[in-house]
Amino acid sequence: MRVSARHATLLLFLAAFAALPLLLPSSFHLRVATLVWIQALAAVGLNLLMGLAGQVSLGHAGFFGIGAYAVALGPRHLGLDPLLSALAGLVLSGLLALLVGRPILRLRGHYLAVATLGLGILVWLVLNSEVALTGGPDGIQVPRLVLFGWRVAGAETWYWITGAVLLLGVWLALNLEDSPLGRALRALHDSEVAARVAGIDVARSKLVVFVMAAIYAALAGSLLGLFNRFVTPQVADFLHSIELVTMVVIGGMGSTLGAIVGAAILTVLPQALTVFHDYEHAVLGLMIILFMIFLRQGIVPGLAALLPRRAVA
Amino acid sequence: MDQLLQFVFSGLTVGAVYALVALGFTLIYNASDVINFAQGEFVMLGGMVTVFAHAAGVPLPLAALLAIVVAVATGLAVHRFAIEPARGANAVTLIIITIGASILIRGLAQIMFDKQFHRFPAFSGEDPIAVLGASILPQSLWVLGGAAVIVAALWLFMERTLLGKAVRATAANRLAARLVGIDTTLVLALAFGVSGAIGALAGILVTPITLTSVTVGTLLALKGFAAAMLGGIGNPVGAVAGGLVLGLLEALAAGFLSSTYKDAVAFVVIIAVLFVLPQGLFGKRAVERV
Repeated sequence: MRVSARHATLLLFLAAFAALPLLLPSSFHLRVATLVWIQALAAVGLNLLMGLAGQVSLGHAGFFGIGAYAVALGPRHLGLDPLLSALAGLVLSGLLALLVGRPILRLRGHYLAVATLGLGILVWLVLNSEVALTGGPDGIQVPRLVLFGWRVAGAETWYWITGAVLLLGVWLALNLEDSPLGRALRALHDSEVAARVAGIDVARSKLVVFVMAAIYAALAGSLLGLFNRFVTPQVADFLHSIELVTMVVIGGMGSTLGAIVGAAILTVLPQALTVFHDYEHAVLGLMIILFMIFLRQGIVPGLAALLPRRAVA
Repeated sequence: MDQLLQFVFSGLTVGAVYALVALGFTLIYNASDVINFAQGEFVMLGGMVTVFAHAAGVPLPLAALLAIVVAVATGLAVHRFAIEPARGANAVTLIIITIGASILIRGLAQIMFDKQFHRFPAFSGEDPIAVLGASILPQSLWVLGGAAVIVAALWLFMERTLLGKAVRATAANRLAARLVGIDTTLVLALAFGVSGAIGALAGILVTPITLTSVTVGTLLALKGFAAAMLGGIGNPVGAVAGGLVLGLLEALAAGFLSSTYKDAVAFVVIIAVLFVLPQGLFGKRAVERV
């Protein structure tokens, strides 16, 4: 029965993906949509960790930042191709997640949240302080992506590229949910003891999904760097980590479609609120509190509960 | 040697502030298992409200009192309007709510105040006192003395008053506390109020030395949390010890290693504690029942 929810997610996303360029009047709007796809990719990955395994990463922007700076620093300091640099960023993020996650995820409780909180800020501190290497708080240029002689440019091109990568990410995430690993994660989310009794390697399952979530975030970071052709340490700061968690939570933990909806809201809203620039933080804080209190299960599961039972269950 | 002593003085001063923030974490955590990331904003409010009230012509002691009142009111409001309506939510939800509250408080402060760094004059002059070849600011003594008085007062309150005993009973076992007629909601509101007051006092004491701005809260909250983790979360003695140790480590790292990465110490400490002794220095080994 879950298969239909899975198909619905893919269909809804595909429809939005194909229709948006026809509906959006200007390249500015396409750029915002591109940003949504990029943030959504990170949120979909984080949702695997939060929704399936019930673990929280409060430093996910650190992995995002590693991906973003990989495409800036690889070409500049090592002469690497941007694509190869992005790959190096993914590997680095995955390894870092493995290194930190291995000892931490053996513990029970929310220690991962605490450890990633520290890790994320350490990444941000390095990016912000190593001025000679990273350009410091002012940020750094990213070279243009050239694929087999084709110079990737233009808002619409990036819209399709980032959307296609997100599509791939969503498809992988949905498959993971229905894989043995996905079922193992849901089981340990409910009860670690019961999962262990059923023969699930709890620590390993959590570790695998944490590494995956880190790689999703790094890929999103690389895409953002290549798309904006400029990165600043802000991509890795604590506020961005919180924004990513908020996307997952307001969209609905455990819902891949929810992660995309959450990313869309948190990306579009600040653009719409630029007039109230001074109030941006206050509004974000207030939104987080209100959603947590009144729509605890998130937008997508909340709406799905309103639909006739047969259509979703 | 005098250099080392100098670092010890400045480390203990900053450490006392971390200790107070960690103590605020501990109070609320014990009453509810909530990790209140808005704790740093109380410190920010303590400093900023005093600065602006003082600049508006209010005498310093009165400005400080006003700041404490504002911080206590903010703490109570966070409890009443953000924590209480979400009662029964899981720990992650509550953590995110307190982060939301901290962003909201900071956002509102940004609108009401400004983004500049501020200070007000030290309580008893700015001339450093020479001690064994090192020099210590009179305000540092205020911070250390003030922290000691706060810790002692809190201890007396917890040990000697009926209300304090109710707080401890709630920390030990919430359900049992309710069964003997303790209003645990009131206890939690009290914890938020007292945490607000402690945070504000820390902010008032330390602002003449470290300066303040609307953005200081985040880092202070995270470092106070690191201190609480180091001491073993939920343990008041551990919180104070953790804060002082963290302050010392930070000052020594800034002095002997790199001042750029002084802020990294707290987060390296968090990860190291989790790797090596997840219960912290003073924490009890928790046994989770199934």
